[in-house]
Amino acid sequence: MATPPIHPTTLAPLTHEQLLRAYRQMKTIREFEERLHVEIQTGEIPGFTHLYSGQEAVAVGVCELLSDADYIVSTHRGHGHCIAKGCDVVGMMKEIYGRHDGLCKGKGGSMHIADFDKGMLGANGIVGGGQPLAVGAAIACRNRGDGTVSIAFGGDGSSNQGTVFEAMNLAVVLKVPALFVWENNGYGEHTGADYSVGSRDIAGRCRGFGMPAEVCDGSDFFAVFETMGRMVSRARAGEGPAAIEARITRFFGHFEGDPQLYRAKDETKRLRESLDCLKIFRARVTAEGWLEAGELDAIDSEVLALIDRAVAEARASLPPAEAELYADVYAEY
Amino acid sequence: MPIKSMRDAINDALHLEMARDPSIIVLGEDVSGGAGGTSGEREASGGIFGVTKGLLPRFGDHRVIDTPISESAIIGAAGGAALAGLRPVAELMFADFVGVSLDQIFNQLAKFRYMFGGKTNCPAVIRLAMGAGMNMGAQHSQTMYSMLTSVPGLKVVIPSNAYDAKGLMITALRGNDPVLFFEHKALYPRKGEVPDGAYTIPFGEASLVREGEHVTVVALARMVPFAEKAIDALAKDGITCDLIDPRTTSPMDEDTILESVENTGRLVVVDESNPRCSVASDIAGMVAARGFHSLKAPVQLVTAPHTPVPFARELERAYVPSPTRIEAAIRAVMKD
Repeated sequence: MATPPIHPTTLAPLTHEQLLRAYRQMKTIREFEERLHVEIQTGEIPGFTHLYSGQEAVAVGVCELLSDADYIVSTHRGHGHCIAKGCDVVGMMKEIYGRHDGLCKGKGGSMHIADFDKGMLGANGIVGGGQPLAVGAAIACRNRGDGTVSIAFGGDGSSNQGTVFEAMNLAVVLKVPALFVWENNGYGEHTGADYSVGSRDIAGRCRGFGMPAEVCDGSDFFAVFETMGRMVSRARAGEGPAAIEARITRFFGHFEGDPQLYRAKDETKRLRESLDCLKIFRARVTAEGWLEAGELDAIDSEVLALIDRAVAEARASLPPAEAELYADVYAEY
Repeated sequence: MPIKSMRDAINDALHLEMARDPSIIVLGEDVSGGAGGTSGEREASGGIFGVTKGLLPRFGDHRVIDTPISESAIIGAAGGAALAGLRPVAELMFADFVGVSLDQIFNQLAKFRYMFGGKTNCPAVIRLAMGAGMNMGAQHSQTMYSMLTSVPGLKVVIPSNAYDAKGLMITALRGNDPVLFFEHKALYPRKGEVPDGAYTIPFGEASLVREGEHVTVVALARMVPFAEKAIDALAKDGITCDLIDPRTTSPMDEDTILESVENTGRLVVVDESNPRCSVASDIAGMVAARGFHSLKAPVQLVTAPHTPVPFARELERAYVPSPTRIEAAIRAVMKD
């Protein structure tokens, strides 16, 4: 028997299972990132890493309305998008550790995780590199005519890239089902969005290209989910591209090791207290009586165990064999 | 055998393969042309050089897509479409426009398969019209292939004639890797025998255009007919040459070049690119490393100078390697 909906959103009612799943996904992202923040200090993880903590409600609010047949293209800060789209958490951790059995055989790393079976077309090390790709995937969706959509995640930083302007215009011209999801976390690298986004209005910029755009509170899962619900419905119906600007913050620096000298003292501490999407979600669902605190606590323990296992397995695994250096440059050569 | 221009031969390949494989799409500026115009003519262009003519009426605007002038979006969309199961053919109206789309070419399409652990292919073909000779000036006349040949993950195809162009294009369209397909603008009208049906030419197999005993000449694209002219002029003096057209520079058929140099001991490389870090210097370096003991004389390189492409007819003529310069280089390499 189907569980009756308990939170009637405007377009897509959420069931008890959906609420639990949304929480689990957000919690998994949070613990994955918080644990990475700790593990990176051991020096075992190569390269550099951009953490998503604080933005979980955006990835999950968006991806809970997608299926494996829908596409997303992610950014350098992509772990949250990967988890929200269903990538295997252990495989991701192994990838970030550079192991042979990572999701991309240890050849991508933190910034290049992809899982094509999940419609995850890749994180991207180039800011503004992903939006044109998402429009191409949206052409494939349109041509198939099966109602699938393609999402381009981007930050306030990439909203200033010319490639993005080209991609938004092309999406409007071709009327393809592409959605541009902007995570305005206030900083592009070490520079404030209030400085670098000239109009201070990413959604307005998108409207200028001829697509509808809405601003929502990125720390509120329900706000993201509802906004995305409206936008994705019209895209699936063939009404063309749209944009969402989710106002949000990041709890860590641009990359791990970033001293964050551009942020006011105690800014992240204050934001963790006031703008934590997990706390906000928990308060809302328990106050409304939609979920019991115990159910959420149980998920917390399961997630912690999963992340423990992911780290343990990643540590125990082996690096790629040297022959992998030469493998997969081409399909055939 | 039907006689066709290189333009029509490539057009043939696109028609045949699009009919065979519904996942192939074509996108670029004015690939049909006419969208949004006042004449109501929906195929006002068929590509600025006419290579994509007839595709829109036959395959419709979901598969033949006129784009805005947005090269990053064109190449990026091709990459994303390839990841999502299509086989896009993106047109860069001029090869020089890689400048505004380079990130998508070398950071995105070229690297997907490798970065993602071999879990995807990126079967995108990028067509680029290249080359000097039409007084189009410094930003519409470059070859660009040398720079892109150095990028792992890309295949680079540079046909010199209609027959090869069709077979190589069909190979590109049936393959699973990103291919940069360079079409020399001055070769579009060059005619040759081209069968009507489909056929493929494998990448990495050079064509031996002429056989001779004294000198190995390696040439690409428009430099192939120029080299033929030079070689014909030398025949009266009893000098004969192997003329090798690599046809693809990535992969590059090194063995055919080395075997020929083993026989002749003398090498001339003709390349319309600028000389530094060029395909010419790459081939010379390869022969120096792997065929040094076969060489009886210093290698001669015939290239464009280290200058932008000039506009004035007289200067552009001086810029492009000519049959006369090629002939002089062959004579020079024979002196030692």
